[in-house]
Amino acid sequence: MKPARFDYVAPTTVDAAVEALRAANGEGKILAGGQSLLPLLNFRMARPAVLVDLNGIKELSFIELRGDCVVIGALTRHREIEQSPLIASKLPVMAAAMRHVAHLAIRNRGTIGGSLSHADPAAELPMLSLFYDATLSVQGPSGRRTIAAEDFFVDALTNCLEPEEIVVEIEFPILEHDGWAFEEVARRFGDFALASIAISVRRSGARIDDARVAVMGVADTPLRLGEVETQLGAIEINDQMPDRFSKLVTSSVSANGDLHASAEYRQHLLGQLARRAMQTALTAAR
Amino acid sequence: MATKISVTVNGTTHDIADVEPRLLLSDFLRDTLGLTGTHVGCEHGVCGACTVLMNGDSVRSCLTLAVQANGAKITTVEGLGTPEALNMLQAQFREHHGLQCGFCTPGMLMTGEDLLRKYPLATDEEIREGLSGNLCRCTGYQNIVAAIRSAAAMRSEKAP
Repeated sequence: MKPARFDYVAPTTVDAAVEALRAANGEGKILAGGQSLLPLLNFRMARPAVLVDLNGIKELSFIELRGDCVVIGALTRHREIEQSPLIASKLPVMAAAMRHVAHLAIRNRGTIGGSLSHADPAAELPMLSLFYDATLSVQGPSGRRTIAAEDFFVDALTNCLEPEEIVVEIEFPILEHDGWAFEEVARRFGDFALASIAISVRRSGARIDDARVAVMGVADTPLRLGEVETQLGAIEINDQMPDRFSKLVTSSVSANGDLHASAEYRQHLLGQLARRAMQTALTAAR
Repeated sequence: MATKISVTVNGTTHDIADVEPRLLLSDFLRDTLGLTGTHVGCEHGVCGACTVLMNGDSVRSCLTLAVQANGAKITTVEGLGTPEALNMLQAQFREHHGLQCGFCTPGMLMTGEDLLRKYPLATDEEIREGLSGNLCRCTGYQNIVAAIRSAAAMRSEKAP
């Protein structure tokens, strides 16, 4: 329950961090908030030779408006996102989800870059990056490149980064919608979701003419439900719509089960949360 | 490879020359400084017993390396009050019998301190959500919630 030995470097620039990773020759590991990595080190499930601590790189910690996007630095803590007025006004679904991210002591340390890189299938920020169609900027030995969130999550706890690449910032396009909702159920408040859904809709008369739908906790990665978004446009807004949306969602997802909840339960739960989310979103968009 | 760190704990600055990078902040506080008020339960960030304040924010000391506390101000349960002069939250824990065996208490207190500064804690639901990362194996949650509810009310009375 104590980490194995490692060398520790604390660079103050991204360039120096990339160089430290390169010098570690595949044996390096990035330390950001440490809220997922430290348990792995304590259990010795991860035994890196070199730990590259990003916490001294001040330029990676920011939340700013850039055109019609909100850009968040990779080292920005969950707690900073939770209490940011800019996030509350421009990315309200993210603002609503943040209090579900673990517990206060974890939110005080955990970072958005770390959460995305860890790629837990039941974590809020990976799902939100799909939901908002975010773009990640990453830096490696050959410079910077961008990766769409939909390409970033490969499998449970697996992203598409090269070993020497570091997430630098994440760009979230702002959705101009009329109604939204975020719903999540976990066994204990703050634990990983058994199922969760985020939706956002733009209304045009009796129809929804633009929608976003993403779910998590039910598959090996979070999922954006593009087909459901398209199908929603064909349904008239009325009292039956939340039920019909719920059926669309459950028919497009086949939930995984594990020791925390069976597949049947998660599937049922997702349907309930979908109905509730659509009721909330439509009420706001009335 | 050992690193030199300077860390201020409960107002006293400690300059330590040979900190191994893998040393956890929890072990640094308990073994290096002898401050055994910070309890070590699960050592993987689940139980909350080792919670301390780092620059005023609650953190799991088992999920923080001692070298990461270089230059930081740490407050442990020893820094809250003394047996003769409990601080307000500690007094409410005593008043409401908010502890049984006492193992989780340091973590509950340090979490409570941070919650009281950051959240309204207007409802029991909000208090319970705030405490959800701290486990009490005695299951004495009712009285812990009551102690924090009372502390939140006293804090509101004091506020202008």
